[in-house]
Amino acid sequence: MLTAMWVAPLVVALLLAPVTRREVLLGGWILLAVLEVVLAGVAWAGVGTGYAHEVVVAWIPAFGVGYHVGLDGLSAPLVGMTTLVFLAVALYSLRADPAQDGDTDPRRTRGWVLLFLGLEAVSVGVFVALDLVLFFVFFDVAIVFMYFVIAGWGSGARDAERSGAGSSTAARSALQFFLYTFVGSLVMLLGFLALAVSGPQLTFDIPTLAARPLGGTAGTLALVAIGVGLAIKTPVWPVHTWLPPAHTDAPAAGSAVLAAVLLKMGTYGFVRIALPLLPGPWRSLALVAVVLGVVSVLWGALVALAQRDLKRMVAYTSVNHMGYVLLALGAAGFVTAGPEARGLAVTGATVQMVSHGLVTGALFLLAGVLRERGGTSEIAAWSGVAGPMPRFSWTFAVAAFASLGLPGLSGFVAEFSMIAGSLPAVPVAAALAALGLAVTAALFVRALQSMLLGDRHLPRRAERVPPRTGTFRRPASVDLRVGQTVAVGLLLAASLAIGLAPALVTSTIAPAASTVVDLVSR
Amino acid sequence: MTADVLVLAPEVLLALGAVLGLAVGTWLPPGREGAVRGIGVLGALAAVVAALGGPRGTAFGGTYLVDTATTVVRVVVAGAVVVTLVLAGDRPDVSGGPRSTPDVSGGPRLTADGGARVDTAFAVLLQLAAVGAMLLGGATDLLLLAAAVLLAGLPLAALAGLARDGRATEAALKYFLTSALFGLLALTGTTLLLGLAGATAYPALVGLTGPASAVGVVLVLAGLLMAAGAVPAHFWVPDAVDGTTPVTGAVLTTTAKIGALVAIWRLTVALPGLPTPLLVAILAVASMTLGNLAAFAQTSLRRLLAYSTISQVGYLLVPVAVARDTVLALPVLLGYLAAYAVTNLAVFAVLAARPQALEIGEQRGLARRHPGLAVALAVGLLGLVGTPPTVVFAGKLGVVAAALGGGAAWLGVVVVVNTIASLVYYLRWIAPVFSTGDPVLRDPVAPRARAVAVVLAVASVAGTVALAVTS
Repeated sequence: MLTAMWVAPLVVALLLAPVTRREVLLGGWILLAVLEVVLAGVAWAGVGTGYAHEVVVAWIPAFGVGYHVGLDGLSAPLVGMTTLVFLAVALYSLRADPAQDGDTDPRRTRGWVLLFLGLEAVSVGVFVALDLVLFFVFFDVAIVFMYFVIAGWGSGARDAERSGAGSSTAARSALQFFLYTFVGSLVMLLGFLALAVSGPQLTFDIPTLAARPLGGTAGTLALVAIGVGLAIKTPVWPVHTWLPPAHTDAPAAGSAVLAAVLLKMGTYGFVRIALPLLPGPWRSLALVAVVLGVVSVLWGALVALAQRDLKRMVAYTSVNHMGYVLLALGAAGFVTAGPEARGLAVTGATVQMVSHGLVTGALFLLAGVLRERGGTSEIAAWSGVAGPMPRFSWTFAVAAFASLGLPGLSGFVAEFSMIAGSLPAVPVAAALAALGLAVTAALFVRALQSMLLGDRHLPRRAERVPPRTGTFRRPASVDLRVGQTVAVGLLLAASLAIGLAPALVTSTIAPAASTVVDLVSR
Repeated sequence: MTADVLVLAPEVLLALGAVLGLAVGTWLPPGREGAVRGIGVLGALAAVVAALGGPRGTAFGGTYLVDTATTVVRVVVAGAVVVTLVLAGDRPDVSGGPRSTPDVSGGPRLTADGGARVDTAFAVLLQLAAVGAMLLGGATDLLLLAAAVLLAGLPLAALAGLARDGRATEAALKYFLTSALFGLLALTGTTLLLGLAGATAYPALVGLTGPASAVGVVLVLAGLLMAAGAVPAHFWVPDAVDGTTPVTGAVLTTTAKIGALVAIWRLTVALPGLPTPLLVAILAVASMTLGNLAAFAQTSLRRLLAYSTISQVGYLLVPVAVARDTVLALPVLLGYLAAYAVTNLAVFAVLAARPQALEIGEQRGLARRHPGLAVALAVGLLGLVGTPPTVVFAGKLGVVAAALGGGAAWLGVVVVVNTIASLVYYLRWIAPVFSTGDPVLRDPVAPRARAVAVVLAVASVAGTVALAVTS
């Protein structure tokens, strides 16, 4: 079941490799994406206590490496979110041009589709992997694929090619992203190895390792190595500097996947690996996590406030949102607080991962629409958008409110649980983090006000005839097209569903979260 | 005696192929010697089969041991012979367009110039060097080892000089002088150890301790390090690889290395009384660091690859250094050797497919013109870094695990740091490949070399999956 889920995109990619027709490529991709969503739903329905759909096969027995996959309450919602985001991205790419500027070369479309199929395969793989090496393999390959997405389709990539200039800003951002996260992943691997050789028998199996937690100096060193690797990916202040340029220069769909899925690999790694496998070291270093989390929250919020570009602003709010996750996970390491509060914090952190994936994915896709229509996502370049672009305005408003944590949307559920769960353990930090909420609220409302309301003022390119996108259809307005509306609408609908009925996800997450808390308390 | 020959069947088959090839090649018109390569390929394939199915045990009074390690060396070396012979008979397809000049960027052609039977010479020398490499891997006697060092090294010197232009001559001379010097050192060491132990067979050397025998082992090691291309006997590698064709470069950086590393492992394990592992560990660190640092600034791809192989030997020496402390060492060493051979040959095959473009600047826009080749190159280079899901990743993982398990955590850290550093120059090559280059009218590509590159790249990924099947 789970194997089929991550192999299916690769099979489709192989089938589509010789195809050059855009319609077939995109059609195949969307069908696969729908299938993945259905499979994720079916797999989720089978999750009880413990791991569902578990498969264990020896892979490299000499090193204790196994092919072990399974789905539990922590990973199932993330897998669901991942497949949903990829479906949205596929729909978004339907009529839009991948490169946003009239790129009609079918070979480029093929490259785009194949890369995203590969990304979907490894993203699902990361979340279902229950073996450290398997996790690392998927984790690393995702970085390689994302590098090619940013370098090949990022902003400025085409212009640089036309003018013959050697490297575009996208290529530089991609390289920075690659080096940063790749180095992080290797440091993390060192930590994995320290874990694997700690016991009498060499093994990388996560449940086995969870049964023999590592403590002492070796455990602390392993946690530092793993923590650094995951923190870079998350990203946590002060190793977040790769994120804004990568997001700014990545194509909209790439940004959406990067923010929604790839960042979660970092935070998911904390919940899946750092906390249960290294409980003692995590408890002793919990304060570090809390402090870094709070700094990320405030830093991300304040720097986002100063941004002029919408994509950059959303990128910094990602740092802010991931800061809450680290804060909550750090609070889970304080045994003095009751297990209920800590369970609530871990639950909130997981909901936040899902919520942030849905909402930020939508925000990046919307920012991509602005880039596509007007050539810029500068906040100041757009004003009075509500008139000419009603669908954009509605969805953007909903996404912004979800991101700032308005009750009724998923962001509120997540942030409320995290802060309420952290309060008994680290009251000062939780109070400081709550300040971050106010800042993000301010910045989103300000962006809404200046872009949607006021006198109508669009960039000159958006006022002209909108770009042709197909041979037989020419969109009549600058507003969202049908595919894009459905894409963003899907993500926001999921966010709304979680906001209105949190039990949809929390009933799955909470038991798994309390298991994690029990493991940390050992 | 017959049983001895049966145990040595793969070596015998390969040598037979060489002799037969030489005989046939003499009768063929120069420049049309494809049959010689065919014989060589058949001989090497027969050697693979014989190595996998043949008997194990010792031969010739215990001087030669056929165990798992020897079998792996035989299979990998014979496989490398097949691959390089296929590559050698290939030219870029330039028919129907303006003829490109393959000699422009220093890629001398292997075809006959003025009646020389270069193709025959290439095939025969390659097979003889391969026999030497196999003997290196199986030798358990110092005298046989010294002979194997010479047999593996001297044909390569002649190979390097086959093109007979200035750079190739320099390459050959450099290789020959280095190989002669270090071969002599190895013989001196053998003499010294013979004097101390009274015998040259490994089992007789077990009890050796003390500074005199340490000097002897260091001298023998020097010869092996030369064949492996490790620091401090590495300085022939860049010049030799840069002065010859990509195919010859592939041979120089593959065959002898494989045998020599297993030989170093045997020597380290055979003499438990000496602190060889510490020396090997220091040399490993020096090799990977020096190789990586020197590769940073290279613009010639062959030079860059040459330095990259020096650093790879450094990684390969790590399991040797912990060989006495962990049972992981041998499987890791053999697995990494096979993975390295496949990946390294894949990258050299990409070079061989376009022998007219051997500078980093000439790789621009490759992805647009030859997407298959570009993907093969990216897989190969990322494989050399040790990115999953390629086989070298499994190898490197094993290397670090062995280092940690063998109580040498610092070696594991050095490996990871060096891997991070190596990323820079491999990416420097990958980046232009996927950028849009200047418009080029014709970019001829050797069809067989391209096929080999793609097949090896696929193999390097599929090998990771195959680990599950085989084990």
